[in-house]
Amino acid sequence: MTPPAPHDDLLRVTGLTVDYVTDGDPVRACADVTFTLRRGEILGVAGESGSGKSTLVTALSRLQRPPAVTTAGSIEFRPRGGDAVDLVTASPRTLRSLRWTSVSIVLQSAMDALNPVMRLGAQFADALRTHDRTLSRQAAWDRAAELLTTVGISGDRVRSYPHELSGGMRQRAGIALALACGPDLVVMDEPTTAVDVVMQRMILAQVLCLRRELGFAVVFVTHDLSLLLELADRIAVMYAGRVVELGTAQELYEAPRHPYTRGLRDSFPPLRAPLRRLTGIPGSPPDLRRPPSGCPFHPRCAERFAGCDTHLPDLGPAGGDGHLVACRLYDAAPGRDRTVTLEGSAR
Amino acid sequence: MSTVRLSLLRGWKVRTGLAVLGFFVLLALAGPLLTAAVPGLDPRANDLAAIGLPPGPGHWLGTTQFGQDVLAQTVEGARGSLFVGFLSAAIGTGLAILVGLPAGYFGGRTDAWLNFLSNLFIVMPVLPLILIVAGYMQGTGLWVIALVIGFFGWSGGARTIRAQAMSVSNRDFVAAMRTLGEPHHRLLFHEVLPHLTGWIAAMFLHGVIGGVMAEAGLAFLGISDSSAISWGTMIQAAQQQSAVLRGMWWWFVPPGLCIALVATAATLVNFGVDELANPKLRTARRSVVRRAERTTAPDTAPDTAGSDAR
Amino acid sequence: MATTAPTAPAAARRAVRTRAPRGGFLLRRLGFYAAAAAAAVVLNFLLPRLMPGDPSSAIVEELQRVSGQQVPPETLESIRAIFGDPDENLGEQFLAYVGQLARFDLGVSVVNFPVPVSELVLQALPWTLLLVGSTTVLAFLLGTGLGVVAGWRAGSRLDSVLTPLTAFLSSVPYFWVALLALWVFGFVLGWFPLSGGYDPNLTEGVNLPFLASVLHYGALPAATIVFSAFGGWLLGMRNMTVTTVREDYVLLAQAKGLSRGRVVLRYAARNAMLPSFTGFAMALGGVIGGALLTETVFSYPGIGYLLFEALTKRDYPMMQGVFLIVTLATLLANLLADSLYAVLDPRIRERG
Repeated sequence: MTPPAPHDDLLRVTGLTVDYVTDGDPVRACADVTFTLRRGEILGVAGESGSGKSTLVTALSRLQRPPAVTTAGSIEFRPRGGDAVDLVTASPRTLRSLRWTSVSIVLQSAMDALNPVMRLGAQFADALRTHDRTLSRQAAWDRAAELLTTVGISGDRVRSYPHELSGGMRQRAGIALALACGPDLVVMDEPTTAVDVVMQRMILAQVLCLRRELGFAVVFVTHDLSLLLELADRIAVMYAGRVVELGTAQELYEAPRHPYTRGLRDSFPPLRAPLRRLTGIPGSPPDLRRPPSGCPFHPRCAERFAGCDTHLPDLGPAGGDGHLVACRLYDAAPGRDRTVTLEGSAR
Repeated sequence: MSTVRLSLLRGWKVRTGLAVLGFFVLLALAGPLLTAAVPGLDPRANDLAAIGLPPGPGHWLGTTQFGQDVLAQTVEGARGSLFVGFLSAAIGTGLAILVGLPAGYFGGRTDAWLNFLSNLFIVMPVLPLILIVAGYMQGTGLWVIALVIGFFGWSGGARTIRAQAMSVSNRDFVAAMRTLGEPHHRLLFHEVLPHLTGWIAAMFLHGVIGGVMAEAGLAFLGISDSSAISWGTMIQAAQQQSAVLRGMWWWFVPPGLCIALVATAATLVNFGVDELANPKLRTARRSVVRRAERTTAPDTAPDTAGSDAR
Repeated sequence: MATTAPTAPAAARRAVRTRAPRGGFLLRRLGFYAAAAAAAVVLNFLLPRLMPGDPSSAIVEELQRVSGQQVPPETLESIRAIFGDPDENLGEQFLAYVGQLARFDLGVSVVNFPVPVSELVLQALPWTLLLVGSTTVLAFLLGTGLGVVAGWRAGSRLDSVLTPLTAFLSSVPYFWVALLALWVFGFVLGWFPLSGGYDPNLTEGVNLPFLASVLHYGALPAATIVFSAFGGWLLGMRNMTVTTVREDYVLLAQAKGLSRGRVVLRYAARNAMLPSFTGFAMALGGVIGGALLTETVFSYPGIGYLLFEALTKRDYPMMQGVFLIVTLATLLANLLADSLYAVLDPRIRERG
């Protein structure tokens, strides 16, 4: 991993909070999310459904719609050779200029993410030609065919409609589409859950290979921690809208700190490691309309102790370099200083 | 289920709609009592001293060219129109279930034939068809009209029922019970049908409005029972007596407005039901959008529907 | 409301089947409409024969009364073929009937004796096609366009006013709107003529004054049709747009940084209009019914007015003839709408 260097930060998310407005009380789907992403780095975000990870995807790319509303925090984005922009407050105009050329997105199901009534090539071409006005129609379609070949799809498929492709092909086409304008950051929302395991491995290998070639950074959101352990440089674990642990993939695999991370790790079979006994996490994710008091995980936590139900733990250092955890088990850890919790100890 | 019903009643659309519908149903039921009890409010009495009077103290909504009280006729007309509406909706809904349910449940050849039948009725111009049939049947009472409307107005509903029955029949519990040898009629009426209650209710409501409108349209074209009073026959009589050219707007405005009110009420209820069935529509409600706007700082408004809203 | 979610196995099957032969859908629809047309002919054949009494004799008597002379034998035969002959068996009667239709012989109008029904129908048809065709398309475009705006800005002030208002407007019975419009704009304000399709003092044909009078006479009927019909499209399109805007492909189109117009038109509206289009085909049958009412209110010289007159004067040959033509025209319009749908939705071409 590259050594930490401040100018290398591509994305600095601070205190990001997203609420869902309802007829009653607002529901907090993301609470005080803070992390940084380096250029070319793959950051995995893991969590169960309802942990706020999908909300994080739309908030990061400023694609959320009412009733989802970003109520606090900032997303400082530093495009290649440009000034830092706060994506939360950026004007629609600035935002549009950043879209796809700087930040692109791959959605969970490419079946739903591709327009069913437009040919594949046209869906590439409109993105390409929006950001490069000089590009001719023919050149855009040629480029689309070229992009498809980079993910192993025959170029003549540009003439196809989405429903004429297999699931794996569609998903790879979605990735090729995301790379069309050479972005610095690609946000991927469960891009491999809709395909089988073989296709999943193939897609992951392709993503890694393309990143090596093109150098984009990735925020990869999934419920599958074992997948992230192989793919990601660093991993953030989310629970009930909060980041409960953040560290390198290795740290999280070998020494997960948070009881929830441990539970998550032990509930998936590793992709490429000796088999071990699988255990689930008892209980179910909290109802965000009525979040538990104190640490949101405490009702399911086997290691809870007095105070867990009243005190909300901060995300703070836990041992290794930049390894952060939000759990009161580690409050007494050496070197832990509450005042630096927000300002990226990750740096 | 009770929470569903509660949230259904919370929206103003559904509440207003149900209130208006309830009012007119009450009017239809109690109307004759009312017109009999209040003097001067007999819908059939011809007051020769008051012919074609505009709204005034003696006759609140004026009188017709025959000296009949328009208010009394409007009240009486509610009964005639809603009678046709409810009867034709009952017949139409019954037929739709009869055709749509087995089509969706059995599938295969049964479905092919029944679906062909309902598609046939969908593409046929129904109003001219009703006209021809009614034209051959000399002398038509409200019963016959309701019957004919119901008989020709089931096809759209059958398509809906078929689609829903198909999706319910494909669910695991029905498949499991089929394998266990449960008789078809039991499965159809005790397992599949109860799941379609919501759809059937919405269809029935649609049918009532369709029936009221169709009756009015037919009456307007001269297919009606001359002795019966409905909103349709009122408008038809007004048209025949050239109420438009005489400027007697009070004759044809009240019945038309009543039809419009009933139909709007039904549309509002259906709106509420749609919002319930489709959560995406719920997030587009004004109250939610307004709250989202208030929560968002002005310079952070998302570049989508929300920012257009202001 | 009748949106059907494809079942899981069906979806899987579709996903596997790639590049199936095109045109299967249209062939099947063509087959359906051929069958429907046959059914319409049979229905037209059976209706007078199922009715009580002997319509043929009644018509012949009526003809003799109207014309004051003996009905010529070939007319008698033609009436027997259309309305039934109690002495012949149904099979032979049907053959005779179909032969009759093949020669486009729809009988003779009782009221306008001795003008053949086919001639009257052909005279009236262009008026209806012009009025109903143009207004239907106009109402569809207007309603769909406004529906997209309301749906895209769902929950905005515009939407919260426009949508309930439209719900009310589309609930008003059509002929009542027409009556009101006739009263206000024709009678009170005197802007438009009260009845007819053109100025009877002008010579019919392609000359400027005549065409101008056609526009003048047609304006009010056309306006009332559009007024009553656009609301239904608006409401349907609004709800479909609200649903479609929350689809992933619209989200992705926005993420691509496309202009708002392109996102709304090519991604949201383009997909949201597909169910509307199915509804468009279904609405065509109702459109003909609506034309009937319009033309009656405005005494417009179209096919609906013809049917209305036939009905009130019990001109059975006319009723039968008009009904057959109206049915066949509706089927044809439906076939056109289906073909257009197949152009708009690439998926349907293969599903059939």
